[in-house]
Amino acid sequence: MNLLSFFNRRTSAPVARERLQILLAHERGIVGGKPDLVAQLREEILAVVRRHITVEQENVHVKMNRDADISTLEIEVEIPVPAGA
Amino acid sequence: MAKVLVVTSGKGGVGKTTSSAALGAALAQNGQKVVVIDFDVGLRNLDLVMGAERRVVFDLINVVQGDAKLNQALIRDKRLENLSLLPASQTRDKDALTDEGVARVLTELREKFDWIICDSPAGIERGATMAMRHADVAVVVTNPEVSSVRDSDRIIGLLDSKTEKAEKGDRMEKHLLLTRYDPARAERGEMLKVEDVLEILSIPLIGIIPESEEVLRASNVGSPVTLNNPASAPGRAYFDAARRLKGETVELTIPTERRGLFGKLFGRRAA
Repeated sequence: MNLLSFFNRRTSAPVARERLQILLAHERGIVGGKPDLVAQLREEILAVVRRHITVEQENVHVKMNRDADISTLEIEVEIPVPAGA
Repeated sequence: MAKVLVVTSGKGGVGKTTSSAALGAALAQNGQKVVVIDFDVGLRNLDLVMGAERRVVFDLINVVQGDAKLNQALIRDKRLENLSLLPASQTRDKDALTDEGVARVLTELREKFDWIICDSPAGIERGATMAMRHADVAVVVTNPEVSSVRDSDRIIGLLDSKTEKAEKGDRMEKHLLLTRYDPARAERGEMLKVEDVLEILSIPLIGIIPESEEVLRASNVGSPVTLNNPASAPGRAYFDAARRLKGETVELTIPTERRGLFGKLFGRRAA
């Protein structure tokens, strides 16, 4: 390992944490037989938005972050540029 | 009232048997009447970890099938008179455990003891589901390592669906016991932190057992770590966890090894 890679090295624990969060959100849905909260929110938000605007499924991003003090729900909807605009 | 506690994890090698022995001994050292049951049929080890391997005559299967009386199979600890062990069978297989049989044995044990600690085998098959089936409380043993956390999550799901309590619509009381924790590595970002594991699994913490040479030293001589070295870091951590199980409020700290100047200068000491 050279000096540069020593300083650039990303710690591995945050990677472990992120991988687990993503994997378990998915697995809980399968094993529990019901979709997890984030997936469910995503579906419902998409349905509401679609009543007014045409959006693709992959253009809706729902992210949930839980912390000790504050939990946030981040919703990002990419709206296509209307034709002729 | 007697409590049936299952020590479970999904993954093997995370410290279920060590923790069953240490928590059982710690509760007994606090004056509680305790029995520890080995549910790992075919691969028993609790007897060895507790130093009773040469005293096994009858086992759990014999009692479940009515071939032996409960009192014939129970092994009383030589150091702690209110601690007993009910060993698993080494020759039979786990299918010999029947739900009715296990329920009957547990009912009988509830009359004699304050705590019935069920040491679960690894996995999610019959032995593991039998160990958790009739529990009132669960201790989920987890290492700060991705595969262990994933398996614990799966086990928590089973505790909430496949137990008698869950089927009746009651909430299963679950506690996380984080073992083999290295605070220094967690601080350097090399190991999942306590908070990470808690956030992912979202069950309350009952204790943090630091990585320590004392655990192997205790199992080498067949003595629960709380008996073999009560003042050691893991010993104190298990004592704290046992007090929390009893409902006491104990401040959560990660015990560290107390070393004298000599130990600090020369590192590890000889066994």
